[in-house]
Amino acid sequence: MRVGDIVNILDARIVCGGDRQEYTIDVAFASDLMSDVLTLKNDHVLLITGLANMQTIRTAEMSDIQCIVFARNKKVTREMVDLAIENDIIMIECRYSVFRTCGLLYQAGVKPIY
Amino acid sequence: MHHEYNIVGGDFTRAGYASSQVKKILRNLDVDTAIIKRTVIAAYEAEVNIVAHAYNGIITLDIDADSIRIVLDDMGPGIEDIEQAMQEGYSTASDKVREMGFGAGMGLSNIKRNADELRINSEVGRGTQVEIVMYR
Repeated sequence: MRVGDIVNILDARIVCGGDRQEYTIDVAFASDLMSDVLTLKNDHVLLITGLANMQTIRTAEMSDIQCIVFARNKKVTREMVDLAIENDIIMIECRYSVFRTCGLLYQAGVKPIY
Repeated sequence: MHHEYNIVGGDFTRAGYASSQVKKILRNLDVDTAIIKRTVIAAYEAEVNIVAHAYNGIITLDIDADSIRIVLDDMGPGIEDIEQAMQEGYSTASDKVREMGFGAGMGLSNIKRNADELRINSEVGRGTQVEIVMYR
């Protein structure tokens, strides 16, 4: 699914990486536990999380995750934006809960990893 | 090729900086992307462990034609029982570490899964040395 479609489905806001709306994700994974994210082997993963801190971005960087949805109205900081831009990571802020975010994307055809 | 990075215990804003540098260096050397991913995930987990548990540490990176060697030396409390620490789910992490999205007792086993070679030496009250070797 395209990033642009994800934003529309979630009625969300792109914080950075707005020029990459054509980037396509293959699967999605939702977690607030970065240790779990670091065990994923897939490419083109969308990370859905309620954890908004620098380690969320670092985890995405190490895992080659290029798109993150911050659910339940979590706001990213300036520092996080700078690090995401440096690593070409698209960040999306969404006011829905993780559960609703996952439900809407799943309904729209996004595949889970497990 | 040799690089060194100083790590400060408790500094979660900067945790991952060294592993990020390692990733950039390996990319510039055109190392296979699958090997880069395994290397930086192992390095990052180990770097987070220093920030989470130790007072400070040094990460050294040595690259030659055949291998990538990362040694993480920390001054910290050490690990009493390495076998127990390696068990998935075992953790002594603080609430602060858990708030950062870690501390679920998965780090060491994830390092082991990704590294081609892993050696851990630790002395209680002094510190821990983690050596990660990857073959190119």
